[in-house]
Amino acid sequence: MLLTVQHKTIYRYDMPMRSAVQSLRLFPSRFEGQHVLSWQVEVANGLRGASFRDGAGDKVEGWSVRGPLNEVVVTVEGQVETADLAGVLRGHREMIAPEAYLRDTAATEADHALRQIGADALAGSGGALDAAHRMAAAIAEAIAYRPGVTHAHTTAAEALALAEGVCQDHAHALIATARAQGIPARYVSGYLYASEDGTPHEAAHAWAELYLDGLGWVGFDPANRCCPDERYIRLGSGMDARDAAPIRGIALGAGQENLDVTVALAAVQQ
Amino acid sequence: MTQYFNEMYEGDAVRAPYAGLESWIRSMPAELRQMKQAEAEALFRRIGITFAVYGEGGDPDRLIPFDMFPRVFAQDEWRKLDRGVKQRARALNAFLRDVYGRGEIVRAGRIPARLVYQNEAYEHAVSGFTPPRGIYSHIVGVDLVRTGPDEFFVLEDNCRTPSGVSYMLENREIMMRMFPQLFRENRIAPVDGYAELLRRTLASVAPEKCDRAPTIAILTPGHFNSAYYEHSFLADLMGVELVEAADLFVEGGFVWMRTTEGPKKLDVIYRRIDDAFLDPLCFRPDSMLGVPGLMDVYRSGGVTIASAPGAGVADDKAIYTFVPEMVRFYLDEEPILQNVPTWQCGKADDLKYVLDNLGELVVKEVHGSGGYGMLVGPKSTKDQIEAFRAKIEMDPDNYIAQPTLALSTTPTFVEEGIAPRHVDLRPYCLVGEQVSLVPGGLTRVALTEGSLVVNSSQGGGVKDTWVLAE
Repeated sequence: MLLTVQHKTIYRYDMPMRSAVQSLRLFPSRFEGQHVLSWQVEVANGLRGASFRDGAGDKVEGWSVRGPLNEVVVTVEGQVETADLAGVLRGHREMIAPEAYLRDTAATEADHALRQIGADALAGSGGALDAAHRMAAAIAEAIAYRPGVTHAHTTAAEALALAEGVCQDHAHALIATARAQGIPARYVSGYLYASEDGTPHEAAHAWAELYLDGLGWVGFDPANRCCPDERYIRLGSGMDARDAAPIRGIALGAGQENLDVTVALAAVQQ
Repeated sequence: MTQYFNEMYEGDAVRAPYAGLESWIRSMPAELRQMKQAEAEALFRRIGITFAVYGEGGDPDRLIPFDMFPRVFAQDEWRKLDRGVKQRARALNAFLRDVYGRGEIVRAGRIPARLVYQNEAYEHAVSGFTPPRGIYSHIVGVDLVRTGPDEFFVLEDNCRTPSGVSYMLENREIMMRMFPQLFRENRIAPVDGYAELLRRTLASVAPEKCDRAPTIAILTPGHFNSAYYEHSFLADLMGVELVEAADLFVEGGFVWMRTTEGPKKLDVIYRRIDDAFLDPLCFRPDSMLGVPGLMDVYRSGGVTIASAPGAGVADDKAIYTFVPEMVRFYLDEEPILQNVPTWQCGKADDLKYVLDNLGELVVKEVHGSGGYGMLVGPKSTKDQIEAFRAKIEMDPDNYIAQPTLALSTTPTFVEEGIAPRHVDLRPYCLVGEQVSLVPGGLTRVALTEGSLVVNSSQGGGVKDTWVLAE
């Protein structure tokens, strides 16, 4: 599938700020499921800084903006050819040992209920892949999609207790469940092309990857009850949503920040 | 009754390294000694070297007590320590290079993956990145104790930012001022080359992108920090800037220092702040402390940070057990310095042994430091032991235990005259293009009679440490 992306993020401040610095993970991952035809990341009036590929294989680029400034505008434009690998992250180069993704973070600590979901999924499953599918299905069942109920800092356990949430909560809950059963898991951020069937999810999306022996990293998207396919563009990963954030930034000054994001994905007819 | 090794006296006989000090003691009646002690204190006050003690309240500008009686090593004793400490520093750096790279030691089954990769001190952010010359810990402080003429044990390694080297330098300075004749009569190896060695070590790990003489700075949390004196002292001796995070900013892929003549590019940062406060974009988004974007510059080879972020995974008390294994694995050598036998309370068998023998053991928190949160069994009351037992049972993973070592003693000036007191030693190994060790270190002394806890935060003092030249 040939997908075009237009993604604009605007941070507005109610008074002039002294300067801003950003660390961007806004570049499509390099693996067999994605082929980048064009990709441009730009911070308006910004100075491009250091760039490197981190241990998880993600490209990171630093930017800075000199003040005084009233807004920081990050635009992403590009075209990616995608293929359906049934969620398998084939051909992705990375350095971090899978075991490093067993460590808990505040957002992904498993409580008794999450442990139970994992134990139930594992019991009577036909191998790791089957167990992972069962976990993802159980999370999808336990947490209904509903925006506005949870917030950026809601933990996996809290979302499960609320039984409602968004893709971030689904991903956190699946990660917590898997790690509690000794399966390395991580948070993935990216884009999702929502086709005409009226899927309500935003184009800026997130899901989880589990490390399964014999397969390596495999994506699971409980929010959509599937594994990432050609409708998905993968950007980067981390221990949880905060760690995998596509944009990390800070503006120095006393102003209050207001965020405005627009993402548009389109499929190009071939 | 435990026998303690006295470093000066073997029965009534004086051991060779201390021969030069015998007449010195004889020539010092009590009044002269008190006068000299007062003089030493006045000197320490004047230079402003103090040590704030966390959690104890009281005077934050309290002096660490200085004991005038030097601690002495013969050249052949030192040679073994020198080789042993350098060996350890090389192995620890090899370990860090490995676990942030391919992780061969884990794949080989020599260290459990869990201890490394699920360690709080393991930094994902630097995984896959090799710093200049593959060095992560540029200043390794190895804490040693002695139990006999030839028996030395490593208590712990400090791979992040070991403090106290300013005491090594100032103790010597003050001894030389007060007792110049001692330094004429004895051939004592100098330590004052440390600052220049440190500067050269830091310069030797400048990033690849640096194409001129590197600009070095010490990054301090500020004057409220207990080791601020040391930060400014070292900056002064090396002739480099002392900066706080607010003096630095990131632009165009480099780190810049604000100066009166405009921004100046910085190549090597000797940081004396914790990983968590280096860069809010990387470690603590809730914090305004640190230099935003610093880690991106570091990861792309625009600046060197010493010690490297993530170096702490090598000096964790659970990893400590495996350092001899690192020496064998990476260097293909036998460890010259021994570890203290250590029980991991996270292991069921070890836990049982520890709980059954609390009265004889020293129990420490895995991530604790400074002598806090530890139990010295033989020196504790029944109630203290029972209270500690409850803490261990609550969270066994968080504790390790070691036998109570019969720490050596050296003569120390006390109220009643001269008496043996227990000591330890922290030499400071520098790792850059070369691995170097100044002959000496910081000797800490437990001033309370019978006490085995030498931490300055627990009432310990310091001594000048001599290595006799040949």
